Amino acid sequence: MNLKNVKTQEKIASALLFGCTVLVVLPVVIILAIILYKGIAAINWEFLTAMPKKGMTQGGIFPAILGTLYLVAGAVLFALPLGVLTAIYLVEYAKNNYLSRIIKLAIVNLAGVPSVVYGLFGLGIFVIFFQFGVSILAGALTLGIMILPVIITASREALESVPQSFRIVSLSLGASKWQTIRHSVLPHALPGILTGTILGIGRAAGETAPILFTVAAFYLPHLPTSIFDQVMALPYHLYVISTQVPGIPESTRYGTALVLLSLVLMLNLFAIIVRSKFRKKKKW
Amino acid sequence: MKVQKRKIKEYLIEKTIFLSGITSIVIVVLIFIFLLKEGLTVFSSISPAQFLTGKNWYPISNPPQYGILPLIMGSVAVTLGAAILSIPVGIGSALYIAEIAPKKTREILKAGIELLAAIPSVVIGFIGMMTLGPLIKNIFHLSTGLTALSGSITLAFMAMPTIVSIAEDAITAVPKQYREAALSMGATRWQTTRRIVSHAARPGIIAALMLGIGRVIGETMAVMMVTGNAALIPHTILQPVRTLTATIAAEMGETVQGGSHYAALFAIGIVLFVITFAINGIADIYLHKNRHKA
Repeated sequence: MNLKNVKTQEKIASALLFGCTVLVVLPVVIILAIILYKGIAAINWEFLTAMPKKGMTQGGIFPAILGTLYLVAGAVLFALPLGVLTAIYLVEYAKNNYLSRIIKLAIVNLAGVPSVVYGLFGLGIFVIFFQFGVSILAGALTLGIMILPVIITASREALESVPQSFRIVSLSLGASKWQTIRHSVLPHALPGILTGTILGIGRAAGETAPILFTVAAFYLPHLPTSIFDQVMALPYHLYVISTQVPGIPESTRYGTALVLLSLVLMLNLFAIIVRSKFRKKKKW
Repeated sequence: MKVQKRKIKEYLIEKTIFLSGITSIVIVVLIFIFLLKEGLTVFSSISPAQFLTGKNWYPISNPPQYGILPLIMGSVAVTLGAAILSIPVGIGSALYIAEIAPKKTREILKAGIELLAAIPSVVIGFIGMMTLGPLIKNIFHLSTGLTALSGSITLAFMAMPTIVSIAEDAITAVPKQYREAALSMGATRWQTTRRIVSHAARPGIIAALMLGIGRVIGETMAVMMVTGNAALIPHTILQPVRTLTATIAAEMGETVQGGSHYAALFAIGIVLFVITFAINGIADIYLHKNRHKA
């Protein structure tokens, strides 16, 4: 092969690889642009704060927004302590043995379980076996289990990034193992744990399949009064008004998609900001 | 006294942490047990072989027929389509981001891909339904644009964040010396990328592809909204199909708790759980292979 051929080949190859990247990233931009452009018309104060009216063709989506916030709060209350403690076990206590290998494999598999299978599990264990019924409690726990691997993985990375010397110094001053973790390790891992938690929240807020059979109400124009009530939720609401109910104005559909997308993307943006601040501040 | 109290406290904390540590195992086992508990009863009326290879999924006819072959074929069709579309494009962009893009561009592209991962699947399904469906309908002059092809394109897109980010990690983790050695021997950048770097990163790239495909098989909402939901064995990719996941999501609401249809849907859950468990397990082995090398 002569030199000219090699140079042409080089150019074609980078152009092709660049083309691949454009194919991945460009649709993201287009999707965001379409939803923003078509959804913004529907957004007003009433849309965000009023009850749906006339079979959801009019009024707002307030119960769906509130329902999603309840579910997300419940999921985090459950998953955050459990996830952080699991990460502490794996990083600080577990020996490199068979058990810790199995735990890690279990976490990898939890991350890969299809969301609809979480829905089945939630239905089987929380709704039926524990008799919580189709309720906020059952839905929040199902979502909590689903985001558990996200929180564990992020917390593990955060804990592992704290230098070993911090622990050695604390232990050498007579602190116990738990005191060392509590006062010398956790504070430094906190931003990383926070980042993971926010990402988990974003995931929980957007998931539909796990809440299909555990909590979501089709149309419920009043607010829940206890954790055993059903609620509407944003992602399920978007599914319902775009596939199940004819005659919903297009702008309402796009408006709902825009609210859901904004909520999720704002959470992710927040996580990215926390992470980059943390990276800049890190002194070791 | 004080020391003893502290010791007790320390002991209790350690036990709590240990118990939390093993929760993940407990949850995986519980998921499996509950799927079996609710799903196995379907096999009192139908054998597992009939269930897996039966060609008719008519859950509400009398007597009901629970053959999931059309659903398996639906999942296979959209997954294959998605794999064909996403594998070359995904590896290509991972190579571009890791090897060619300048640092600033790389950060922007990675943020874009993270953004894509964050978009809820119901939103992607909604957009696919509103834009991709009509587009395919018009291009191929079909009665409906909600087909296996729309599903494949949507899913290929949704597999991208997984494929690109994990493959990119694997490529970046290839030691610098490999590249330097190749370049100093007179290889061009592209020759180095193609023959040296992509070979060294192979286990990680394979893991990335497997995890991407795992994500595709398990994806529910988007696929349910764009594939048209017909439980028939597809003959072309321009026909509506229904996947395993979409069947569960679409039909569970209509079933009677404890009935045979209900159990059949849980049995589909068992099939999905086993498939994704296998894929994730194998991908994990590949990922660790890569780490040992680097």
